[in-house]
Amino acid sequence: MIYMDNAATTMRKPKEVTEAVVQAMNSIGNAGRGATEAALSASRIIYNTRERLSRFFHAENPKQIVFTANSTESLNIAIKGTLNPGDHVITTVLEHNSVLRPLYECRDKGVELTILPSDEKGNICYEEMENAIRENTRAIICTHGSNLTGNMVDIHWVGNIAKSHGILFVVDASQTAGVFPIDVQAMNIDILCFTGHKSLLGPQGTGGMYVREGLAVRPLLCGGSGVDTYNMHHPQEMPTALEAGTLNGHGIAGLNAALKYLEETGIEEIEKKETDLMRRFYEGISQIKGVKIYGDFEAEKRCPIVTFNIADYDSSEISDELFVTYGISTRPGAHCAPLMHKALGTEKQGAVRFSFSHYNTEEEVDAAIEAVREIAAD
Amino acid sequence: MNKRKMRKKELKLVVTFHTTADAMAMEKVCKEQEVPGRLIPVPRVLSAGCGLSWCTELEKREVVSHAMENAGIEMEAMQECLV
Repeated sequence: MIYMDNAATTMRKPKEVTEAVVQAMNSIGNAGRGATEAALSASRIIYNTRERLSRFFHAENPKQIVFTANSTESLNIAIKGTLNPGDHVITTVLEHNSVLRPLYECRDKGVELTILPSDEKGNICYEEMENAIRENTRAIICTHGSNLTGNMVDIHWVGNIAKSHGILFVVDASQTAGVFPIDVQAMNIDILCFTGHKSLLGPQGTGGMYVREGLAVRPLLCGGSGVDTYNMHHPQEMPTALEAGTLNGHGIAGLNAALKYLEETGIEEIEKKETDLMRRFYEGISQIKGVKIYGDFEAEKRCPIVTFNIADYDSSEISDELFVTYGISTRPGAHCAPLMHKALGTEKQGAVRFSFSHYNTEEEVDAAIEAVREIAAD
Repeated sequence: MNKRKMRKKELKLVVTFHTTADAMAMEKVCKEQEVPGRLIPVPRVLSAGCGLSWCTELEKREVVSHAMENAGIEMEAMQECLV
């Protein structure tokens, strides 16, 4: 099988990741629950992973890194934990439902919501973003890269605007963390939400968030914390404030190994390889009759994603053909990005998404191009 | 079978923390700087809750304070108690 659905999850992981998970499952106890060697070994792995993530995203210190199950959980905490009725928030049509649905829920409770449109290439207009800021604007919440088109948002620019207006900046880095450099302090990011199982190359069920030092976020969950048992309230100190219950120590051990791999490999190498594969695929299919590609391929940087349709074929039919006849895994349909599909006019047809990993090869890309060519000629 | 006796208690310096992350940061810094001690469950006389504390010799108060200050580690309290 040729796996080209890496924007959904990276299936191939460094072997060290799998080994670390197995080793952890055979050796660690519960982090923060006692001072035995078993419990401490779990705490050490988790703390070391906080340190790696803190360095990776340039956080002030490791305590500002919180572990969650995925980006969706992080975004729910970020959104529901900072917005209040009467607040205004700005987002974009590029967003995934993990941003939109929590925001709609907040809107039902009295939060005002502005959703910025995109142009025909799927890019937002930055001036419109600044113009949308009101007196009661509490936050700008946006993705670093569209999971549908692969277009990226200039989060450095947005961060500067947010800072100059004294509003929060929350970033969904689901598609970019692990490939593109993110510096939360230089980019003025208040909350960064990321998942472990995509380009960070860790196991599913791992993820997290960075929260700027001094920013109080209401927790989504409270419960076991390993400290201050007789307090009726959950501790307010970070990172415990936003972590209730046993952490996914086994998964986090895998994420730790993945981060070590990324540190050693260098994400600039990964970005280059994935960008080259994406460009090769794009060049290979863009001239095929009937192929319509979405997104901005003139941008200097973009996520390693190529999304397209063939004539008026249902995207599910194309994806199924790619899998059954050619053994190529892709993702059809709506990709949990309803507003982006509306903006591109692909609500009914959906679209076929190819997304690349640095583990993919040029031979695989060429085979995929040939498969698209054959299907389009049919 | 002879029952083993519990270890004899000695007066030690014990540092408590607000979070497990602080305790782990403490262990790391102390290891790096070769400050003796180890993480133990928080003695009941110091806190009725649970959690980890750093236990070391009484005379290490200054060394430990210095190490924490340099690393920016936030403690809850530093007390002497029988451990």
